[in-house]
Amino acid sequence: MQAFLHQLLSGLATGGIYASLALALVMVYQSTHHINFAQGELAMFSTYIAWTLVQAGFPYWEAFFLTLIFAFALGVFVQNVILKPVENASFFSVVMVFIGLLVIFNSVAGWIYTYTVKTFPSPFPTQAWYGGSYLSPHEVGMMGVTLVVLGLVFAFFRFTKLGLAMRAAAQNPVSSRLVGIRVGWMLALGAGLAGAIGAVAGMMAAPILYLEPNMMGGILLYALAGAVLGGIDNPWGAALGGVLVGVVENLAGAYVVGTELKLTVALCVIVGVLVFKPSGLFGRFVVTRV
Amino acid sequence: MSAILEIANLNAAYGETKVLQGVSIAVEEGGITALLGANGAGKTTTLRAICNMMVRTSGTITFAGERIDGRATEDIARRGIAHVPDGRGTFGHLTVEENLRLGAYTRRDRAAVNDDFQRVYAYFPRLLERHKQQAGTLSGGEQQMLAIGRALMMRPKLLLLDEPSFGLAPLIVREIFRILAAINKDEKTSVLLVEQNANLALELAGQAYLLETGKIIMGGESAVIAGDPSVRRAYLGY
Ligand SMILES: Nc1ncnc2c1ncn2[C@@H]1O[C@H](COP(=O)(O)OP(=O)(O)OP(=O)(O)O)[C@@H](O)[C@H]1O
Ligand SMILES: [Mg+2]
Repeated sequence: MQAFLHQLLSGLATGGIYASLALALVMVYQSTHHINFAQGELAMFSTYIAWTLVQAGFPYWEAFFLTLIFAFALGVFVQNVILKPVENASFFSVVMVFIGLLVIFNSVAGWIYTYTVKTFPSPFPTQAWYGGSYLSPHEVGMMGVTLVVLGLVFAFFRFTKLGLAMRAAAQNPVSSRLVGIRVGWMLALGAGLAGAIGAVAGMMAAPILYLEPNMMGGILLYALAGAVLGGIDNPWGAALGGVLVGVVENLAGAYVVGTELKLTVALCVIVGVLVFKPSGLFGRFVVTRV
Repeated sequence: MSAILEIANLNAAYGETKVLQGVSIAVEEGGITALLGANGAGKTTTLRAICNMMVRTSGTITFAGERIDGRATEDIARRGIAHVPDGRGTFGHLTVEENLRLGAYTRRDRAAVNDDFQRVYAYFPRLLERHKQQAGTLSGGEQQMLAIGRALMMRPKLLLLDEPSFGLAPLIVREIFRILAAINKDEKTSVLLVEQNANLALELAGQAYLLETGKIIMGGESAVIAGDPSVRRAYLGY
């Protein structure tokens, strides 16, 4: 029972990482109808920036917030400079651009920082009062940070005028322009926010996984699985899907097939769900009148 | 009276398909001007050209004394042109209230915006009853009310309406036209009204233009247009 609880909670903690990245993917997907396959690599690259800042002597949280600004700017840059010119290109051209970006960021990180793994600090003390037999303090802290991020993003979209305008621009760009919304800025803002959310996921995952250029590869796959599982058109469904994937992955790894095959099991579960509910578990029930 | 919107020698095309040829229209300040024509004449295209959306144009468009042709759609909206488009263009996944709030997106005068919510709900009590409902689930008439309400939230100087009567029962159409007349009178909002229902439109509008396959073939006082025998035969059905 103890061991089971441990695996469950630990799955929730890693699931939070998948949830964050899934949310980032869905935010971009909703406004551009493309999956940014490079989202994980942007997060990895941002995490290297955080590492560099910490190496340069910045206190952790200063490095953390500076990295968020960097990641936001990087997201905006990718959207406005690289994706805007191809926005009317064919679906596969855009997919190729994203995969190209993935490879470029991966190799640039390898070129600058080499492929040897680096330890990345956790901001949470190793002997914290809240750590226990079930979870390490870092895992608890990571869950807390994830919840705060998801909460802030939710509140932003739900309660602010800018958040409302971003939802409108994603849903109906033509009508949005007619009420004066600068749709291009909204896309850039969404891409920037997605970049920052991804960076949080990267910085939280790095102390566990160790920092190396391929660190986010697996996470992207799980996040994508979570997004599809939860419903690619529903940010909160996608986030919940990410958490579920984390739990399933962890429990399957511990009890069913061992760590080598846990990815397979997780993906089987997802395929199973999608066969019965193609729009995902929480896929939006589209209400339209014709 | 002076014109708030002046279109001169407007040509418009979708790719290689030319739709408008040398269209010139003036919308008088504070008045209602109707643009009539059969299916495919280019009425919707004219409104799109004014807002620089989806269509390539040449010619000049002057709004409140300034050239707006070639400007971005969102900038034209910000200058005070509210376009209620063909198909209504409401945000289906958002609530009625959120749709209205988006109308006021560019405004900073909070108190006046709150007043305008009340004003819109007074014109359209149906929207108040349904303010938490998803716009996509509204009836056709309610969607049209919402689209007009959202435009009013912009406090526009000029309202462009693309077939507000489309697909609605005669009773609802009467109601909407009555409200449009009230809005024009109370708010001093100038209106350019595109309609197929020529009878109603000529009743409401002071000035009217007739568009036929991309060209203006007649323009002037509504009463004069309504009295023209060829117009009566082709558009009014008597
Ligand atoms: N997006 C488009 N691409 C290409 N051609 C178009 C497009 N939209 C309209 N057209 C063409 O332009 C012409 C004028 O269309 P428009 O929609 O302006 O007519 P309309 O007067 O509004 O007609 P209706 O009364 O049916 O709404 C039509 O021949 C139409 O086929
Ligand atoms: Mg039309």
